[in-house]
Amino acid sequence: MENNYSENFKVIDNYLMVRMPEEVDHHKSGYISRTADDYIMKEGVGNVVFDFEDTRFMDSSGIGIIIGRYKKISYFGGKVFAINTDTRIKRTLMICGLHKVIEIME
Amino acid sequence: MELGQKIENGMEGRTGIRNEMQMSFDAISENEAFARLAVSAFVMPLNPTVEEISDIKTAVSEAVTNAIIHGYDEEYRQENDRETKKVQLHCRIEKDMLYIQVKDTGKGIEDIAKAMEPLFTTRPELERSGMGFAFMEAFMDRLEVVSEPGCGTVVLMEKRLRMAEEADEL
Repeated sequence: MENNYSENFKVIDNYLMVRMPEEVDHHKSGYISRTADDYIMKEGVGNVVFDFEDTRFMDSSGIGIIIGRYKKISYFGGKVFAINTDTRIKRTLMICGLHKVIEIME
Repeated sequence: MELGQKIENGMEGRTGIRNEMQMSFDAISENEAFARLAVSAFVMPLNPTVEEISDIKTAVSEAVTNAIIHGYDEEYRQENDRETKKVQLHCRIEKDMLYIQVKDTGKGIEDIAKAMEPLFTTRPELERSGMGFAFMEAFMDRLEVVSEPGCGTVVLMEKRLRMAEEADEL
């Protein structure tokens, strides 16, 4: 099952693109974080883009994934983006004040 | 004709609806999705909005995740056998009110006020955002946490389904 996710990680130039699953919860967060970190370390990408196009549900575990990656790459001046966020995902990110540290694009 | 009559009665019966369900499941992360889907299916007769369903699913997911990773953490799991690691979910609908109770019999919370502070987490190594209780508070109308170290934790949540109420007034 975990192998199916690997196609959801792509490196384009200096950006790691992460296609988030339909449901982002604690059950899935560990794998997403670990895989993203592998790419960040091995490929040396500077920025991370989380794509929420397929995502219909996200709890605070998703916030943990984003904050964790942000801490890692912002240290070297990298940026984190959240794209294709529907109003629900956007609201969840904003409750946590994430719009102050990452770029959110609908 | 008969079916139409039944549907109509069903619709009318919504104002006086009362329903209750209880379930107990293993404290494993696969069941987080199961729990929130079960609750969303349970509240369907109240005709909730997409927004309300999202709120409820998020709150249930937070409470169940807490039970799994904090109530029954590794330390607890090493000391106790599998039989005891269950999460109990109890839901009740009364008119337009939804009551949810999520219970574990794990290690309990020593300082509830501290645990409920936004961004506070006892397990930073898991990259928990520390927003679990804050989300439950934000998405539900009422949240109450009862806990006793060594005995477990009960999370009680309430939500009034406003759209259902408005629809009934029409």
